[in-house]
Amino acid sequence: MSKHMTRKATRHVNQNEGLIFEKSSPGKAGWKLPPLDVPEVDSTTLLGAAERKHLGSMPEVSEIEIIRHFTRLSTWNYAIDLGMYPLGSCTMKYNPRVNEVVSRLDGIANGHPYQPEKISQGALRIIKTLSDCLVEITGMDAITLQPAAGAHGELTGLLMVRAYHDSKQASRKKVLIPDSAHGTNPATAAMVGYSIENLKSNSAGIVDIGVLEAQMTEDVAALMLTNPNTLGVFEQEIHKIADILHAKGGLLYMDGANMNALVGKVRPGDFGVDLMHLNLHKTFSTPHGGGGPGSGPVAIKKFLEPFLPKPVVKSKSDGTLAFDYDRPQSIGRVRSFYGNFGMFVRALAYILANGPDGLRQTTEDAVLNANYIRKGLEGTYDLPYASSSMHEVVFSDKLQVKKGVRTMDIAKRLIDYGFHPYTTAFPLIVPGAMMIEPTESESKEELDLFIEAMRSIAQEVDEDAELVRTAPHSTRVSRLDETAAARKPILRWKPEV
Amino acid sequence: MRYLPKSPADRAAMLNAIGARSIDDLFEPIPAEYRLNRDLKIPRQMAESEIVDWFRERSRENGDGHATFLGAGAYYHYRPVIIDSLISRGEFLTAYTPYQAEISQGTLQSIFEFQTMICELTGMEVANASMYDGSTAAAEAVMMAVRLTGRRSVAIARSVHPEYREVLATYAFHQGMPTATVPFAENGRVDMKALEKAITAETACVLIQSPNFFGTIEDVETIAEIAHGNGAMLVVSIAEAISLGIVEPPRLADIVAMEAQSFGVPLTFGGPYCGVIATREAYVRQMPGRLVGQTTDRNGKRGFVLTLATREQHIRREKATSNICTNQALVALMANIFMTVYGKVGLRELAKHNLAKTAYAAQQFGKQSTVLFDAAPRFNEFVVQTSEDPYAINSRLLGHKIVGGLPLKKFYPELGNASLWCCTELTTRTMIDTAAGLIAESERSQATSDEEASVEQVAQ
Repeated sequence: MSKHMTRKATRHVNQNEGLIFEKSSPGKAGWKLPPLDVPEVDSTTLLGAAERKHLGSMPEVSEIEIIRHFTRLSTWNYAIDLGMYPLGSCTMKYNPRVNEVVSRLDGIANGHPYQPEKISQGALRIIKTLSDCLVEITGMDAITLQPAAGAHGELTGLLMVRAYHDSKQASRKKVLIPDSAHGTNPATAAMVGYSIENLKSNSAGIVDIGVLEAQMTEDVAALMLTNPNTLGVFEQEIHKIADILHAKGGLLYMDGANMNALVGKVRPGDFGVDLMHLNLHKTFSTPHGGGGPGSGPVAIKKFLEPFLPKPVVKSKSDGTLAFDYDRPQSIGRVRSFYGNFGMFVRALAYILANGPDGLRQTTEDAVLNANYIRKGLEGTYDLPYASSSMHEVVFSDKLQVKKGVRTMDIAKRLIDYGFHPYTTAFPLIVPGAMMIEPTESESKEELDLFIEAMRSIAQEVDEDAELVRTAPHSTRVSRLDETAAARKPILRWKPEV
Repeated sequence: MRYLPKSPADRAAMLNAIGARSIDDLFEPIPAEYRLNRDLKIPRQMAESEIVDWFRERSRENGDGHATFLGAGAYYHYRPVIIDSLISRGEFLTAYTPYQAEISQGTLQSIFEFQTMICELTGMEVANASMYDGSTAAAEAVMMAVRLTGRRSVAIARSVHPEYREVLATYAFHQGMPTATVPFAENGRVDMKALEKAITAETACVLIQSPNFFGTIEDVETIAEIAHGNGAMLVVSIAEAISLGIVEPPRLADIVAMEAQSFGVPLTFGGPYCGVIATREAYVRQMPGRLVGQTTDRNGKRGFVLTLATREQHIRREKATSNICTNQALVALMANIFMTVYGKVGLRELAKHNLAKTAYAAQQFGKQSTVLFDAAPRFNEFVVQTSEDPYAINSRLLGHKIVGGLPLKKFYPELGNASLWCCTELTTRTMIDTAAGLIAESERSQATSDEEASVEQVAQ
């Protein structure tokens, strides 16, 4: 123990906060109910055999303990609010606080999904305004906001693809997916009952037109394409790709995970995309919250409109808005109610804060930041694909592997330098991938610090590889045994008996 | 733009370092003919104060200040203020999925506690870190049962939330999964005879909801016997999580698919909410969604990690148990804090308040109109049959700034003028008396007009 440490307590971030159950004791309480204004009831009489007699090991703790418990836990997390979070493909940008304030306004936070339309005009207006903005941003014709996350949007999109082909009495069996795609793409296609055909990328890391032409048949329902792709490279021959698909009756589905590279600069609807999903929690600043909630709207071209999930919002002749459930060709519902409405509110607040000029500048800064990092680290780390980078850049650990150091080791060492790691080992087409997406939210100073940290780690690899291999050294826990966790899973706390 | 941390000089210096003449150089890879050379047609950039004003206006147009009798899968409960204090901490709000365990112990430990409490409350052995909502959790649970049994069809109770059934139909249709709907009996519970008939050798599972859509508590034990006796699994959906404080959990279920919105999650016009799947240990490898497990670090210190990832899409791709990636972590944290605040004693007391308000309301409403399904126990919802169209009654109630129960005609045409009413701890006696008074008035005037009509008939 270092001499600067106190003997009695450990440092704040190292506080040994146990599980909440370990703080519980009978008689403590963090709640208080008002007196009942109706007669008390005997639950045994009312419920009979259905009455629950005990609540097991649920905790009993006071309010101050709960505040300290979760506050201490929070200090063990890294977050955008603390520093750069360059997790490629996740678009970890600033989450504006005004978004949080407006989503908690009374009529918004307490609006019931089944309240009469007459007193739901505010919510309907929010849905309509956001829909109109997103349709304009994507260059598409219509949109559904119902899907709860990106992968859920993919599912919704492919269900519409399927419904479209069915309407033409054409049962197609396959979906083409590039080998650089997110894992959700093949998993989604499988859920919709399609077989998946892998599309091998060319040496530039993009779709190989020859390969696509060879694999494109009348049995292919759609191509799921991420653009820019997971290497951060724009599919330059996108128009050709669309033409090849369309010539044989297939549809071009775009995974909009990387839309942060395009907003205000180019619109997927203008380059041949038939349908696409957006991630409001990536491009439109709604908070990631430790893994959700997200929101995955699906924007479509006109010819797919009959298949949208129901309900859709329509304008009535008196200028009010209403839900339209009368959609005979709809794929149905993909979620209860209308989707993650609270995320619509936040995304719209973000769009209003930016306006057209702000959104364009945001995209430009995101691309500028990625290219600045690329320039700063080229030579220090291997760049497997020389193609131009848009909003993210993918290096590999090829130079460091020679010293026995892998991408995950470098990522862990980055933690000691005060940064969240980049995305490791993805995309799959790059062995030892290091996928860096800075977003527009980083200043030049922060980027310089990051570049310096990455260069310094490369130097450490040369001089003391072991130091990097055993990182992180500054965190509350060191590397955790994931193998043991999976072999004999302990998935809940149990009281000692 | 106030969110962007760069001066024009910074941008110029960076472009210079890259060796680009202008920002347009960096967008060269996009073919010129597709580039947008105009402003997007969206509202102009607004000041923060303008944004707040715009949404305040929308809030006012959205039932601000109304009391409600609506439930039906979205429940208005009191939210302890510390929920928002804690989830607003940037370390929770602005972190991502805890892939890097060493700097995500806060999220990971809180999910581990969440999983533990869900197990305690549902009587299951394992619970996942959350799903999108109750409807998708139910659909995913059914698909899980299909994988576990190797059978392909499903029997769904008609007393399951109609929108949950719609979501399942969407998922099932494209999987080629035949579905049978099981009607409800006179008492609002699953019709057991019909259930026995609906299960075949191909039935993977029976899906019920308890308390069901009408607020009625199902006879889970008998349903489990019938399902298991025929080699099918039992999936139980729970839409009103507060019921778990006083209603025996479905311990005989194989999978529980619940909606945890009642645990401190604001209504927010239908989402984001928090689905969860809980099940038996033996089935964990077929479970969708993230799971957090306990382990140790190099120094033997307790820590938590995402585990059993080989079920998931980022490893297994098309062979994954589900395509789910992003879940509802921050909402699960709300639920976690809520469960911690009320805990072992409070949750029961809270549930009892719901029970008492509902019993009182059902009694008051029952004086002049008919409360359906009165023979079976209920939690905090009940169905009222009125002579007059419930929309008409509700529109008068709206004059008192009270939103009435949900007319059921849209989902259950056979129930005529029935409507579904919900009382929580936030429903006041005054509200109940006002609504009961209006219903009584409506019944009296209907009776009078009926009388007048029959007098007229006689006269003719």
